[in-house]
Amino acid sequence: METITKNSALNIQKLRQHFPILSQKVKGKPLVYLDSGATAQKPKQIVDAMSNYYQTQNANIHRGVHQLSIDITIAYENARTTVQKHLNAALSQEIIFTSGTTESINLAANSFGEKYIKSGDEITISEMEHHSNILPWQILCEQKDAVLKVIPINEKGELLIDEYKEILCNKTKNIAITHVSNTLGTINPVKEIIALAHEKNIPALIDGAQALPNIKVDLQDLDADFYCFGDHKLFWSTGVGILYRKEKWLNEMPPYKVEGGTIKTVTFEKTEYADLPLKFEAGTPNIEGGIGLAAAIDYVNVIGLENIGAYECELLEYATAKLSGIEGLRIIGTAKEKASVISFVIEEVHPLDVGTILDKQGIAMRTGHHCTQPLMEHFGIPGTIRASLVFYNTKEEIDVLVNGIQKAIKMLK
Amino acid sequence: MRIEEIENEIVEEFELFGDDWEGKYEHLIDLGKHLPLIDKQFKTDERLMKGCQSKVWLRSELKDEKIFFTGDSDAIITKGIVALMIRIISGHTADEIINAQLKFINKIGLLEHLSPTRSNGLVSMIKQMKLDALAYKQLDS
Repeated sequence: METITKNSALNIQKLRQHFPILSQKVKGKPLVYLDSGATAQKPKQIVDAMSNYYQTQNANIHRGVHQLSIDITIAYENARTTVQKHLNAALSQEIIFTSGTTESINLAANSFGEKYIKSGDEITISEMEHHSNILPWQILCEQKDAVLKVIPINEKGELLIDEYKEILCNKTKNIAITHVSNTLGTINPVKEIIALAHEKNIPALIDGAQALPNIKVDLQDLDADFYCFGDHKLFWSTGVGILYRKEKWLNEMPPYKVEGGTIKTVTFEKTEYADLPLKFEAGTPNIEGGIGLAAAIDYVNVIGLENIGAYECELLEYATAKLSGIEGLRIIGTAKEKASVISFVIEEVHPLDVGTILDKQGIAMRTGHHCTQPLMEHFGIPGTIRASLVFYNTKEEIDVLVNGIQKAIKMLK
Repeated sequence: MRIEEIENEIVEEFELFGDDWEGKYEHLIDLGKHLPLIDKQFKTDERLMKGCQSKVWLRSELKDEKIFFTGDSDAIITKGIVALMIRIISGHTADEIINAQLKFINKIGLLEHLSPTRSNGLVSMIKQMKLDALAYKQLDS
């Protein structure tokens, strides 16, 4: 990973106490939760803050003249600023609240595509994209008679940058690439990818769903035009996410969803839309989700992203070494730059069977294609078993996993 | 035997294992090894049930008013579940199959396999078997 200081300063056992869910038993065994890539667990501090929100702060934002509404509007807008600062975006209005990564990408594809994509144009994605970063572009291409181009990967699960350079041309109107692969863990060189696109004046969207929890993202440094992520992998709720767009794009693009809050004036003849960011935030938003997202960012920053990165790197190395020692086990995704996600397959055993037997031992893992079917096709496998590790996981849990896998192999072979 | 009787027989079989989940699963895996396998020529995408993490093929035939199933799966536990379902459902009339309550699933601790997540597709399997029965019934009337 990018931020490595070998001597991790974190007190993991103390941090685990922030997550009461981790101390329960499942199927009579201590829960080993290795599925934070699907959704992360939520710290008690934010659960308590949200309980307080419901009991003392709840009101609707932006419209009310009464005190509760004013207070919560301020809190919600402060949350936007917290996100802006965390991502080092230039302006707070570039931060749009959405319902999650999927909606962020759909929003971008729809309102960008509507205005800028025409017949014969090209949109570039990669072979390792999540379906959420394939389908919106595929539909856009079908609607506009445009062409979807795909950057291939090598056997380690790294993007082939030379091939990418070949694909970029004057027909390319947008690129959409994941920052971290949810299946392989590959950390893509997005800064370089964006710079190459910008050389040809092509805007770039980055899917940050899997990156935010463990990588420091600096949007001005990356120079991304669009950046998307959801909060539920970042230790708070489902149903809230962020679309960052450079102000230039936001002003030029039409709204995607419309309702009362997105307008300045409405007559039956014409509607004048609101300024940013409200132009893109139709409907009553997930207010508590937005405030919780800011709390989650504060939480992560108190622990320190560098500390988290260093510890997760240690976990990844440990898990990679231990898992590699299992006969017949093959790790899928061995990129040089890798986040703490390990996908693997086992000879002659179906991933689903392994997941089922692991579940019986209290070990929570994800199995299947992880919404990356083209990637599964690339590797010629039906799916993988995936462990996603975060700072509240321990080496002892990895040992439990290794024993669990050995038991599964014994039963299934 | 009636469907319910076979179900009871299976429940008794699984009760022998008590809380021993390993035993239950080993038994299920063993059942999968004796599944009436679908003939290779019918193992096509057409007979493949969609939306499951594991692949499941099912085929039915009508003989003397009774419906017989064969099947297969690429996952060994799922294959065991296919075998269980075939053992219960196969060889019965369309009406018997359509009306089958299949209470055994709760009783042998396979309930987790019924969750509508995209897992091993027991739900789709039952639906497909009943749909086949319905189709034969309509063909008949």
